[in-house]
Amino acid sequence: MSVLIYLVPIALFLGLLGLGGFVWSLRNNQYEDLEGAAQRILIDEDDSGNAR
Amino acid sequence: MERQNLSYVTPVHGEIGEGYELLAKSQADGSHSLSVLVSGAYCAACIQKIESTLKKQDHVINARLNFSTGRLAIDWNGPAANANRYVCAIENLGYGVRPYDVAVEKELLDDEERFLLMCLGIAGFAMGNIMLVSVGLWTTTAETMGIVTRDFMHWISAIIALPTILFSGRPFFRSAFSALKAGHTNMDVPISIGITLAGCMSLLETINHGEHAYFDSAVMLIFFLLIGRYFDFRARKNARSAATDLLSSMNGFATVVESGKHVHVPIRQLKQGHIILIAAGETIPVDGLVIDGMSDIDVSLVTGETIPVNAALGLQVYAGTLNLTAPLTVRVGKEAENSLLADIVRLMEKAGQGQALYVRLADKVARMYTPVVHSVAAAAFLGWTFFGSMAWEEALMIAVTVLIITCPCALGLAVPIVQVLATGRLMKRGILVKSGDALERLAVIDTILMDKTGTLTLGKPVLTSAYTVETLQIAASLAAHSAHPLSKALVDGYNGPLLTLTHIQEYPGQGLEGLYNGKTVRLGSRGWCGLPDAAHGDHIEIWLDVEEREPVAFHFCDQLRSDSADTIRKFQQDNLSPILISGDRGIVVETIAKKCGITQYHAEKSPSDKFRMLETLKSAGHKVLMVGDGLNDAPTLAGANVSIAPGTAIGIAQNAADIIFMGDRFDAVYETYNTARLTQKLVKQNFILAVLYNMVAIPMAVCGMVTPLVAALAMSGSSLVVIANSFRLRFSK
Repeated sequence: MSVLIYLVPIALFLGLLGLGGFVWSLRNNQYEDLEGAAQRILIDEDDSGNAR
Repeated sequence: MERQNLSYVTPVHGEIGEGYELLAKSQADGSHSLSVLVSGAYCAACIQKIESTLKKQDHVINARLNFSTGRLAIDWNGPAANANRYVCAIENLGYGVRPYDVAVEKELLDDEERFLLMCLGIAGFAMGNIMLVSVGLWTTTAETMGIVTRDFMHWISAIIALPTILFSGRPFFRSAFSALKAGHTNMDVPISIGITLAGCMSLLETINHGEHAYFDSAVMLIFFLLIGRYFDFRARKNARSAATDLLSSMNGFATVVESGKHVHVPIRQLKQGHIILIAAGETIPVDGLVIDGMSDIDVSLVTGETIPVNAALGLQVYAGTLNLTAPLTVRVGKEAENSLLADIVRLMEKAGQGQALYVRLADKVARMYTPVVHSVAAAAFLGWTFFGSMAWEEALMIAVTVLIITCPCALGLAVPIVQVLATGRLMKRGILVKSGDALERLAVIDTILMDKTGTLTLGKPVLTSAYTVETLQIAASLAAHSAHPLSKALVDGYNGPLLTLTHIQEYPGQGLEGLYNGKTVRLGSRGWCGLPDAAHGDHIEIWLDVEEREPVAFHFCDQLRSDSADTIRKFQQDNLSPILISGDRGIVVETIAKKCGITQYHAEKSPSDKFRMLETLKSAGHKVLMVGDGLNDAPTLAGANVSIAPGTAIGIAQNAADIIFMGDRFDAVYETYNTARLTQKLVKQNFILAVLYNMVAIPMAVCGMVTPLVAALAMSGSSLVVIANSFRLRFSK
């Protein structure tokens, strides 16, 4: 059971990384327009080159 | 060939891309930004076309279309007046543009939405990680893993759960606190008490090396409830906004003629009897009488009529209408505050105030739910302490499990999930639901009021009668030189080569004149073509007079939407008889009503007549749906239990309406109604499911049989059932 001492903090750390990613994406307005994001993948980059 | 003398008279006011400079917001660095709603963008190519077109325009820094909401944000480095050019550029691509003026309110809402999403994300993270250790706790006993390991796992849970409760529980704590402060309770009170007690008791249990800690349940509860809260927020986001900005058009100046001199006077200071000049293209600021000049007046804002009225000596004109073709002199009849326009705005404000009384179904359920849960939990606590001879800590723990397990995960999801699915489904078909409870209100209507022009009909004149190709060709060739709606309709009704005419002149309020093969050709009113005035039927007409020939009439009709009659029939099959109420002339209204199979119709009704009729219906206990598009409908739209407007409606009507449909199909109204009923059915089923779940869960909790595992299963199980039931909306027709 003592392995838990390492595993649990590691698991929590990985989880926190994910949470950090979520907070970052939220702060960058990435959830503002979910449908648009799905469509924008089809647009050629050259023409509208302002990737946010 | 004779000397070319094409004098184009093109009154451009009221055309696309006007007045957007007023909506542009100045930024601190001198740049401007504008938010507009774009309709007709359905794919990636549309996004690209719109954005790249704008970016190629001068001065544009950034243009971004939010595909989900249709909101286009343009930032540019230049004068505000550029806004009109940008809007024109989009409209030339074939997309519809209209002002988006709730931007300020929207920003606040965006912050709130982000806050909820953040709480939700953190609760989700915490739930996942607590489950990691909880699964171990659920599946093994203290004998297998040892007390120390169990305590260790409880402590891990506590470290994750307690901050999460403090952070993500805030939406509930806030709402509960403000409810208690105002002296009443809501659903968030038992939720808050439940979460807080569960956290504290579990901590106590952990310190005392106890068997059960409910950290996982508490966090799970927050997570599920936040999902519901977030969806509910999304559905309600576009709540109705006050539509009084119309009065801002009265903030300008008017040109007053005073003893031969022209003076600029603020519109609000105009007095009865003042003589004012109104240039072509200017909005008439007050109600008054025409005393000089001849022109055409676009009255669509006030009456919903699309055909301009000929203005001549003695005509009564109203504030808010547009002078199209030539200057007019008007004697002020009423001051700005007393104009018809001001009356309408006042009516709307009054209507908006009467609107706040609606109680949503979810709130009704919450009102019954809260006292029941509180008393059951209290009874469990007191019962076990005094009659079950249990230690108070243990009894309190049972009370807490009652609070947790009865907490309305399923109840909290029941309404928002269905509403989000329903609004999403309608959105895909071009129907925009502005307020979340609109569908709920729509499902229970028993009376429908309908406007005619622009609602049942397309609001555009269409050429109806047949002529020889030659006369139509001449008429269309002449009409091509005018921007009058009837001229445009005439040109639209003809598809062939145009002739070359010379010496073309447009006489405001009368018609056009030109030379063709040396003969004078005139197009315009009866009088213009030398005929005596006579009454005409339900159609609008213009006459063509070619020298040495008999004048010919062209008839126009406002065309019914292709599926208006079908839609009315569908409503009638559901025992709802629409009532037609219009400001138009009796004969026109009657014809349209007969065509659609409407038995009850009222003609020549003023905006306040319409509103009064609505009040009468409402006070007789009817739940009224109003469908309309004009300024004259706006008070009724705002006052009705629920209202629908077409996407072509004027801004103020769209603001007042709960639901807006795009496109030419009137069927959208019935479809919305149908979806609303289906939504309501599913919501009720969801409530029944939630109640059934509680009927099983509460006795178990009161008996003290609920372990953290049972609580977790019950909560997620009931939520999943409700979500699955809601998704049936996707698959039903």
